[in-house]
Amino acid sequence: MRVTEKDVLHVASLANLELTEGERQAMLRDLNSILDYIDRLNQLDTSNVPPMAQVSDRYGVDHSKQGSERFAYASREDVLHGLRPSLPREEALSNAPDSDGTFFIVPRVIER
Amino acid sequence: MNLDNLTIDNARTAISQGKMTATSLAAAFYARIESDDKQVGAYLTLSKERALAKAAEMDTIASRGDPLPPLGGVPVGIKDVMVTRGVRTTAGSKILEQYVPPYDCTAVARMEAAGAVILGKMNCDEFAMGSSTENSAFHPVRNPRDLKRVPGGSSGGSAAAVAAGTAVVTLGSDTGGSIRQPASFCGVVGLMPTYGRVSRYGLIAFASSLDHIGPLTKTVKDAAIVLRVIAGRDPMDSTSADVPVPDYVAELEKPVKGLRVGVAREYFGEGLDAEVRSAVEAAIQQLASLGCEVVPVSLPHTEYAIPTYYVVATAEASANLARFDGVRYGHRSKRATNLSEMYRLSRDEGFGPEVKRRIMLGTYALSAGYYDAYYLKAQRVRSLLAQDFDEAFKKVDAIVTPTSPTAAFRLGEKVNDPLAMYLADIYTVTADLAGVPGISIPCGETQEKLPIGLQILGRHFDEATILRLAHAHERARL
Repeated sequence: MRVTEKDVLHVASLANLELTEGERQAMLRDLNSILDYIDRLNQLDTSNVPPMAQVSDRYGVDHSKQGSERFAYASREDVLHGLRPSLPREEALSNAPDSDGTFFIVPRVIER
Repeated sequence: MNLDNLTIDNARTAISQGKMTATSLAAAFYARIESDDKQVGAYLTLSKERALAKAAEMDTIASRGDPLPPLGGVPVGIKDVMVTRGVRTTAGSKILEQYVPPYDCTAVARMEAAGAVILGKMNCDEFAMGSSTENSAFHPVRNPRDLKRVPGGSSGGSAAAVAAGTAVVTLGSDTGGSIRQPASFCGVVGLMPTYGRVSRYGLIAFASSLDHIGPLTKTVKDAAIVLRVIAGRDPMDSTSADVPVPDYVAELEKPVKGLRVGVAREYFGEGLDAEVRSAVEAAIQQLASLGCEVVPVSLPHTEYAIPTYYVVATAEASANLARFDGVRYGHRSKRATNLSEMYRLSRDEGFGPEVKRRIMLGTYALSAGYYDAYYLKAQRVRSLLAQDFDEAFKKVDAIVTPTSPTAAFRLGEKVNDPLAMYLADIYTVTADLAGVPGISIPCGETQEKLPIGLQILGRHFDEATILRLAHAHERARL
């Protein structure tokens, strides 16, 4: 068992999840079983293999250039309204669980 | 009017020639959904107002005698992970049960601009996480070919609707096989284009380096027509590629004689059902008889694809799903008394078990002390998987495999064993990790009359070749 109950609590808190007692026990079992399976990646020596973060690194990129210039194809002019105007406030707030018509309202942030 | 066999061309031609109207066609589909979809469960939301407005627009064009656009009047369904302005979009999750997006996904907008009539939104696994559509927070989807079996997932509603004749064409999304595997289980065509070929703007993100949008259709030609409509650079998605989009339909007619088709032994090993194996081997023989050269190839790291996928995909998901915090949209817990409680309780109440499991796994893999051991390790193995394809595609033009190791399994069969469920994607995840395109087409049936899928994988941006091979196979079978 590599993942302990304490790890589950710690990771749940990082992920902003509460989890019931039953969910924690199930999570402990499932994470350990999945991580055991993932362990087979260690059969491979990857010390000289570069990590691959994105498929799009592999095409469309000008490899003769440095830094962000390599991705010049994806750039655009910096203009005031961007690619489209922002949503009107009313629409932007239309799905809010709580708002006063100007702002999103959330419970008290600072506790005393 | 036989809705079961209706293709894009049949529908569009009948409307242009005045044999039916787009409005009556949409009404016929809604009647069919009303009567048949109760038992299948493919739809989550119907968008009648929007559909009928588009149909009326197409009828006006047709009545003037003007040519209809490529999807003019064609009834389509959209997987509920693509946002639709003014039409509820849930991603199959309770957390978005009431969400009505203020904008359209680019792929959806392009379908509609091409004349498609959007009937509604298709059921799917919650946030596209699953292989059976049993993870939908609303109700499971049943396979129209056998209602005791799953339709596959996560685009289970999209595949089932095409198979049941409750939509002509649907859009799905594929992160680990979620278009191709359900297409295989339901006996329809499912195309995952190259990574970057189709804009993901407006696709509710699961794993951004792996997510793709693509069509599910009855015929290969329909898949080619839809791809042409949705493909191409979109300034709203910086990962959409600026690569010319060919006329895929014209490409279908080119001969397949002389094409080199690779067969990788790694896809025919332990766990492959005997009936699936013999159907796929027969399909390979048939391609050979059409003049293709069958070449053995090796993709030696295939066995590492599933573990790699479940690190990369969950890590990205844990970051993408952080946005569901109950502040701007989505479910907010009524029990919370302060901000951090609001985040935790809203997410706890809103997410289902598989989503929580993947967020936990991804957060663990990215957390201090484990990042190198899991996330970085998986990214390195991902390079090896991509190199396998680079090497193979030096020798062949396409690679042919089974889509899934088995035909559709029964509802409930794998729900309590996450790892067994993950292994349903064993032949599909590699293509997502490498970013190469893949298509699944029907290639036979088991003795129990369950469909079997043939997968054809191609080079980056060479959808034309896999469509051509798929079309040749389809035509030879008919």
